[in-house]
Amino acid sequence: MIRYIASRLLSLTLSLIAASIVIFAVIEVIPGDPAAFMLGVNARPDTLLALRDQMGLNDPLPLRYFTWVTGMLTGDFGISWTYKTPVAELINDRIWVSLPLAIYALVLSTIIAFPAGIIAASRRGGMGDVSIMGATQLGVAIPNFWFAMILVLIFAIKLRWFSAGGFPGWETPLLAIKSLTLPAIALALPQAAILARVMRSSLLDNLGEDYIRTARAKGLTRRQALWRHAVRNALIPVLTIIGLQFSFLLAGGIIIEQIFFLPGLGRLIFQSISARDLIVVESVVMLLVFVVIVVNFAVDLAYAVVDPRLRSRA
Amino acid sequence: MSRSIAIGATLTLVFLGLAALSFIYTPYDIQSFDIPNKLHRPDAANWLGTDHFGRDILSMIMLGARTSIAVAVLAVGIGICIGVPLGLLAAARRGSLLDELIMRGNDLVFAFPSLVIAILITAIFGPSAINAIIAIGIFNIPVFARLSRGAALPIWERDFILAARVAGKSSLRISIEHILPNITNLMIVQGTIQFSLGILAEAALSYIGLGAQPPTASWGRMLADAQTLTSIAPHTALIPGMAIVLMVLGLNLLGDGLRDWLDPRIRIART
Repeated sequence: MIRYIASRLLSLTLSLIAASIVIFAVIEVIPGDPAAFMLGVNARPDTLLALRDQMGLNDPLPLRYFTWVTGMLTGDFGISWTYKTPVAELINDRIWVSLPLAIYALVLSTIIAFPAGIIAASRRGGMGDVSIMGATQLGVAIPNFWFAMILVLIFAIKLRWFSAGGFPGWETPLLAIKSLTLPAIALALPQAAILARVMRSSLLDNLGEDYIRTARAKGLTRRQALWRHAVRNALIPVLTIIGLQFSFLLAGGIIIEQIFFLPGLGRLIFQSISARDLIVVESVVMLLVFVVIVVNFAVDLAYAVVDPRLRSRA
Repeated sequence: MSRSIAIGATLTLVFLGLAALSFIYTPYDIQSFDIPNKLHRPDAANWLGTDHFGRDILSMIMLGARTSIAVAVLAVGIGICIGVPLGLLAAARRGSLLDELIMRGNDLVFAFPSLVIAILITAIFGPSAINAIIAIGIFNIPVFARLSRGAALPIWERDFILAARVAGKSSLRISIEHILPNITNLMIVQGTIQFSLGILAEAALSYIGLGAQPPTASWGRMLADAQTLTSIAPHTALIPGMAIVLMVLGLNLLGDGLRDWLDPRIRIART
């Protein structure tokens, strides 16, 4: 097990280093001088030079990369060029919208997908299976931003149950959760459809295994065999998808945050790209990639815990 | 042939037909505005109604289908043309440093949040259909590379490959003449699925203004324009959305059906 963790840790570190180099390189090729962008067209050359110095833009590339990476390791993400506040503070403010939204959407998607997948698999070929699979086909095909528009039309404009956008802050937790509900549903629907399909096919694979036949031969009913044995084993691939979905939801909320005017990480990236606030862009993208890589790592470890075969293979 | 191929192929052909027809005919010219006729509900003159500039929505759906299909097809093309050779190369040199590099490179691309990077790419190079194609295409590369490598590996162990090696064929010739034809079905199925994801991605990018630029029609832009009008003219948001859903649904059904139809194990199980 220790060897397995060590090999996954090495791969995690290498991935993070490679990702940081790629992000830094991509941001460097963005055309346009951020200092010139901030000062406008009438800036005097000496002012421009002074600002470039202050922003560290005149330093050689390797030095700038090194400063950026070591800064991040100590929690110093630099100062935003447009907001004039530490990037870490900006991220800290925004993450309390994006993170709860992602978790909310993930919980909703799991609550919908698990029963749907289990019902579909246990009634394979029946009406329940056909309708659930039809619904998941539709769920996968619906763009979440369009679904969000429809939700706003019905629940905010026609029924007036929810507000059409904005976030009141966590001082009023109930209102905050309420304002995240429509965005979370919009994000959760396509994910629930994918998860239900994975759950169904994983469960069907397991229901065809010998151990289920043995369990049935020992006198367990179909339902008992399903719940005591098949569902538990079917969760392994489902776990991977949930891990992937979490990182997707964290980053994928970008358009949904725009639609609902939520001050989250997605909106921060979007605004920073338009304002050429590259230090914010590279830090937030790096943070999101970090989350994806670490979540994948955690999923791999969880896999090894539930499936001993993987440990011995490493 | 299954029902899902029939429904999927019909839906896909309808949209391909509409896109092809738009080259020679659209009911109205969408370049000219007709403000007095704005936001009309669907009627005999405008089957799908008009938008906030009085433009015919059916004509815009037809032209939008062309944009969506072109962007998605080219993005899948990038994925196949770069991803499949990489996957075949990795499989031919399995276990080598090159294989490891290609596969870890793939993992790295998968670690990036695709939408954020697509937004970044279009922001760097400016919003346009071409940049949307590149942004979506980049994320198709690892999908095809990983899939083709995975499919090619077991084929390399087969007797007919051994025979080809004994006959003196190089890895390159074996990859092209023997491995590639054996994984084509799988690539077609995945291509259909990536095509549908490409349609969704194009719609998302043009919705936030980073896809095809006006006057080129695109479904995502139609939705963005309709966003503030949903309460007074819901059809302006419902129709482009339905177009996206039906096109994606058609492609997904086609992909699923083709996978079952082309997979001999499932076909034998059925007979």
